[in-house]
Amino acid sequence: MSKRHLYVLVTMLCALSLGAFAYKTLILKFPLIAETQASLWDIEVHISFHAKNKPVKVSLFLPKNTRRYAIVDENFISHGFGLSTLKDNQNRQAIWSKRRAKGKQSLYYRGTVHRIEVTEPPADKSAPQSETSTLTGAKLEAAKAVLNEIVDRSADTSSLVSELTGRLRRPDRDQNLLLLLGKKSTAEKTLHVAAEILALARIPARIVHGVRLQSHSGQPQFVHWLQVFDGGLWKSYDPETGNPKLPDDYFTWWRGAEPVTELTGGSGLDMTVSIAPNQEEAIEAAMLQSQFAAPKFLEFSLFALPLDKQAVYRVLLMVPLGAFLLLILRNVIGIKTFGTFMPILIALAFRETQLLWGIILFSLVVALGLSMRFYLEHLKLLLVPRLAAILIIVVLLMAILSIISHKLGLERGLSVALFPMVILTMTIERMCIVWEERGAQESIQQGLGSLTVAVLTYVAMTLPHVEHLLFVFPELLLLLLAGTLLLGRYSGFRLLELRRFKALAQDSG
Amino acid sequence: MFALANTLKERGVLGLNQRNAEYTLWHNPRHLYPLVDDKLTTKRLAEHAGLAVPQLYGTIEIQRQVRTLPELLQPYEDFVIKPAQGSGGDGIVVITGRRKARYRKVSGQLISQEALDHHVANILSGLYSLGGHPDKALIEYRVKFDPIFESISFQGVPDVRIIVFLGVPVMAMVRLPTKMSDGKANLHQGAIGVGIDLATGKTLSGVWNNEIVIEHPDTEHPVQGVQIPWWDLLLNIAARSYELTGLGYQGVDMVLDRDQGPLILELNARPGLNIQIANQAGLYPRLKLVEQCHSELSGLEARLAFAKERFHCPPT
Repeated sequence: MSKRHLYVLVTMLCALSLGAFAYKTLILKFPLIAETQASLWDIEVHISFHAKNKPVKVSLFLPKNTRRYAIVDENFISHGFGLSTLKDNQNRQAIWSKRRAKGKQSLYYRGTVHRIEVTEPPADKSAPQSETSTLTGAKLEAAKAVLNEIVDRSADTSSLVSELTGRLRRPDRDQNLLLLLGKKSTAEKTLHVAAEILALARIPARIVHGVRLQSHSGQPQFVHWLQVFDGGLWKSYDPETGNPKLPDDYFTWWRGAEPVTELTGGSGLDMTVSIAPNQEEAIEAAMLQSQFAAPKFLEFSLFALPLDKQAVYRVLLMVPLGAFLLLILRNVIGIKTFGTFMPILIALAFRETQLLWGIILFSLVVALGLSMRFYLEHLKLLLVPRLAAILIIVVLLMAILSIISHKLGLERGLSVALFPMVILTMTIERMCIVWEERGAQESIQQGLGSLTVAVLTYVAMTLPHVEHLLFVFPELLLLLLAGTLLLGRYSGFRLLELRRFKALAQDSG
Repeated sequence: MFALANTLKERGVLGLNQRNAEYTLWHNPRHLYPLVDDKLTTKRLAEHAGLAVPQLYGTIEIQRQVRTLPELLQPYEDFVIKPAQGSGGDGIVVITGRRKARYRKVSGQLISQEALDHHVANILSGLYSLGGHPDKALIEYRVKFDPIFESISFQGVPDVRIIVFLGVPVMAMVRLPTKMSDGKANLHQGAIGVGIDLATGKTLSGVWNNEIVIEHPDTEHPVQGVQIPWWDLLLNIAARSYELTGLGYQGVDMVLDRDQGPLILELNARPGLNIQIANQAGLYPRLKLVEQCHSELSGLEARLAFAKERFHCPPT
């Protein structure tokens, strides 16, 4: 009776899932495969701050069309603020203002940029006025000295800029440069000094800020570079190499020395930027079409979420797949693991650390933690204090591993902080108990089993095509649910049980 | 691989998934689990029904009581300390005697009062309990096993397990401790499992580490063809434990005491599947048979007669 109930339920889930999937692929023409070369990018800026019940004004520099990128779509979410956009020959700026605002405020800017191929740079006829140098006193003299040196060693503007940026990158022994750069030199500061020195030489130069259009795993960082007016047009110089050629994915945001966003009348200004490849014209087209076919449809899709939340769901939707694989490995294959879902959490951590580093760091933390746990055994502690002690040791171990790997220049090692420490603690405790009661072999076997399952779920959870499929067609999760329910009544042998019961198949055979 | 699975299926071997999906999940209501998961509850239940259990000397339930342990143990020369919610025999300490201020374990090793206190504290904090719940420590009578087992067990106490389905005993084995199992009666730790013919109570061949054996590896005495004493009583107790707990599918673990006869050690709502290896037979056909005929079996006697008649093992 209940089996039939289950089958009906499973059939319904499959029909629902495949029906929605077929509708989206066949009628709405959602793409089945993610495009490899993204030409559309979504950029989203989220500004938040605390207003203090007085007039508030927030400014934000906006990207504008460049030679390489065109903004095809943009919109603002202003939440009751008045919005105006200003434009001068350098920048575009959005100004939000309100007479009276109180409490936490959130403002959004969202734009879509399109990669365009323009081979001929537009000639900028009017040569801009070079900025007059603001340097005085000792700094002015130092700048002049530096300028004289590099003018001697260069033939034209281009080689002069290369020489200048080259020196600024390695100011080790040059007292003049050290004076100009100050104690703490940042990439931005270096560019300022470069612009000042170029101003002395009456060469127009400006600092440009932008972002790299690529898939970022965390917050995208602003990059800064130098533009120099040379031969009738602005040329960009890569601050890293000094080459008059920028990487292709540099996207200009704003120019000049001011910060990207400024606030008056509030406090705690915070800005987050997210960048994601846009799901292509194909989906845009499909969405346009779906507005006619099913007007409400779009409002309830994952694409309606803010970009950073979309990125979260890209990961979250992969978790059921990992759980399904775990189910197969445990109930059909029969691999023993510590804790039911521990391998999935470890696999999620592997996403950030990358596989090899993940395995190394996990094994290190568990091995070190286990040896400390064996020591604790001698102290005869009660259970909860013992667990708390292991947790503290695990956190310390993670911190120490981070510091050591940072000192060794292994930046990946820093990501050890992303391991779920409570899960690590429980793993260590369970491993130790199994070790004591069932022997080292059994304990290591189960530990390796857990690690193997974690690696396999990691591999499954990072397949890019599957990620695309599940994000565009989340209804496929119903199919996974149906499979899970079916496996919930699977009563066949586990693969590893066959070995266990082998003796029963042999004798009279 | 599939051929192996098919052969096993033909022989009616029950796998873990099948046991869970078709038997324990269906026949063992969740709310009855506490009756068997806590040995103290089981003990009281059995005593109430007039079934014999090892005598309880005392319990320790909170950390503070650990101080009273020496006083509690004072009158007894030998005893067993076990966690109330332990599984698989973990956390059980058997004390066979004393030597000055120390206790002698079954292995002959001496253990101090302090070490024993710590062991009890570990039991209380839930080290050995399912899911790490706080637990109780039971101190009870040490079973002096029947001399019949003298020649075929090493140090520990052999126990008899009978799987009971809907009140009908379906399969039985005796577990004999070996040197390798460190005196414990657990098959995966190296004890020998020896199948028992339900009709006669005579042992069949044994299994040790997945290999068929006919002699005890340590004592070199044959394990086959041994008549288990008190067999009818053992079957009777096993069958009655169905009414005791209401669990449809359970494993009844008993020991044979030299003086007191069969005593219930514990009941198990999720009995392991190794009994099939010990008996060289699958559980599934027997369970199916009981399922079919169950409605016709009224009363204890009918169930016992059914088991003896149907699950008689012809010597192969």
